[in-house]
Amino acid sequence: MNLNVNLPGLDMKNPILPASGCFGFGKEYAELYDLNLLGAITIKAATGSARYGNATPRVAETTAGMLNAIGLQNPGVDQIVEKELPFLAGFDTPIIANVAGSTVEEYVEVARKISKHPVIKAIELNISCPNVKEGGVQFGTDPELAKMVTAAVKEVSNVPVYVKLSPNVTDITVIARAVEEGGADGLSLINTLTGMQINLAGRKPLLANKIGGLSGPAVKPVAIRMVYQIRQMTSLPIIGMGGVTTAEDVLEFLLAGASAVAVGTANFQHPFVCPEIIQNLPDVLSKYGFTSVEDAIGKGHEHADSNLSRA
Amino acid sequence: MIHEHLEIISRETIAKDTVEMTFKGKMAQENILPGQFLHLLVGEGSNHMLRRPISIAGVDKQKSTITIIFKLLGEGTNTLAKAEPGDQLDALGPCGQGYPVDELQMEHALLVGGGIGVPPLYYLAQRLYEKGIQVTMVAGFQNKEQVFYEEAFRSLGDYYLATDDGSAGEKGFVTDIINKEAFHFDQFFTCGPTGMLKAVSTQLANEEGFISIEQRMGCGIGACFACVVPAPDSESGYKKICKDGPVFRSKEVVLA
Repeated sequence: MNLNVNLPGLDMKNPILPASGCFGFGKEYAELYDLNLLGAITIKAATGSARYGNATPRVAETTAGMLNAIGLQNPGVDQIVEKELPFLAGFDTPIIANVAGSTVEEYVEVARKISKHPVIKAIELNISCPNVKEGGVQFGTDPELAKMVTAAVKEVSNVPVYVKLSPNVTDITVIARAVEEGGADGLSLINTLTGMQINLAGRKPLLANKIGGLSGPAVKPVAIRMVYQIRQMTSLPIIGMGGVTTAEDVLEFLLAGASAVAVGTANFQHPFVCPEIIQNLPDVLSKYGFTSVEDAIGKGHEHADSNLSRA
Repeated sequence: MIHEHLEIISRETIAKDTVEMTFKGKMAQENILPGQFLHLLVGEGSNHMLRRPISIAGVDKQKSTITIIFKLLGEGTNTLAKAEPGDQLDALGPCGQGYPVDELQMEHALLVGGGIGVPPLYYLAQRLYEKGIQVTMVAGFQNKEQVFYEEAFRSLGDYYLATDDGSAGEKGFVTDIINKEAFHFDQFFTCGPTGMLKAVSTQLANEEGFISIEQRMGCGIGACFACVVPAPDSESGYKKICKDGPVFRSKEVVLA
């Protein structure tokens, strides 16, 4: 079966990619399986200079999910370009660079530097990390700032820019519209939902950062709803994500309107989950009457009463 | 590190809320060092999205078995403990870096363990004993009900026991015993709660030794940066506990 999808900058053999932050820079998973199997790879967020991130504990399990507050730990864009990207050049899989920052200048600097590297085929503009006090998420929750940073990054990027949206807003379509006006080539959603877990014995939040981002199957219905909503207001390609663990989940995101589907938390539970999903996808597509991945994209909107405004 | 479904061949409660579980599998033939851990999938479906890292307490290559000991601390470990002999558990292992037993030249090792930090030291004690190294074990537990493997350790060397309430062994902490006995040793090896690790490595700051750190983990293979510890003298300034550790030279990392 034809699993190919073509998105701006991304010629993918299949629609499956690991989500940023769950896959490092690929080396660890490359010891477990052939990264050429993947449709694309989103690498861990890059910032202008090295960041140590938050204190530990940084993760907590929740019902059908987890909270994380890593805090964008990374060696900084220069080190990533020099030390991490050469390894990824050995694979026939497009690499997406997740770009984060605290100021517009930082986003621009990181995007300019990283998009020059031939291995990088697209940027995922991270304006939605909930775990860093001084930056990131304000750009994802204010439509004017979102538009401005998107336009600024578009101006310097050598590759298409997908803006990763935060679900922690009243109306995600307002932000989607703003970044489209800013010139985004695509959208990526959703980032994590902010949450907290309190330790009963310790009588305090379990994470050192207190608040973390919720991911995993628990958030999937929220992600599906947001992809569906955004598909109705824009034709920009969408990389959908949120709680995907199976090929059935992938089909659900395709029906909602995603053109590619990222897998995050499930990599921790089952490190081989991405190749397993890719292997199972043709059968699942056939079972529900589709002959290719392209065939299924957006098909969840063709029912008689698909207009959300009547819901 | 390999991925294998390990068959449970025995499960026993060996102290209060403390379960010893032995698996059979090819993984036992790997070169497993004391201090390395299994990253175990818990239950089925999506209830538990994070694996549980549990240190290896024993390996029998001839019988091809691996033993772990864990404490019932919450839903995850409770679910793990419900698995029965004959069931299979999805395991990644051996994970991380262990105590470098084959590289160390020494005559006398001091082992200091607290609570659920004791199990990896039992496998270490076995390996050191086989090499003809004199082993002194100092174990600390909350109270008598929590104590396990006392006789097993005694068969491998000197054994000192402390409990917080004095219900078994000496009343007090492992550090009290170290103070009192003033052991002579070449290397120390310690594993336990962070507070104990800090106390022991401060007390033994002038000695050479290794600590093993416990931390909540995500992927368990070094990709997610959930479990890190500052390592000021390293190039990056940090170490990943799951991949570079959980065993470190005591002066290599700074405990929070």
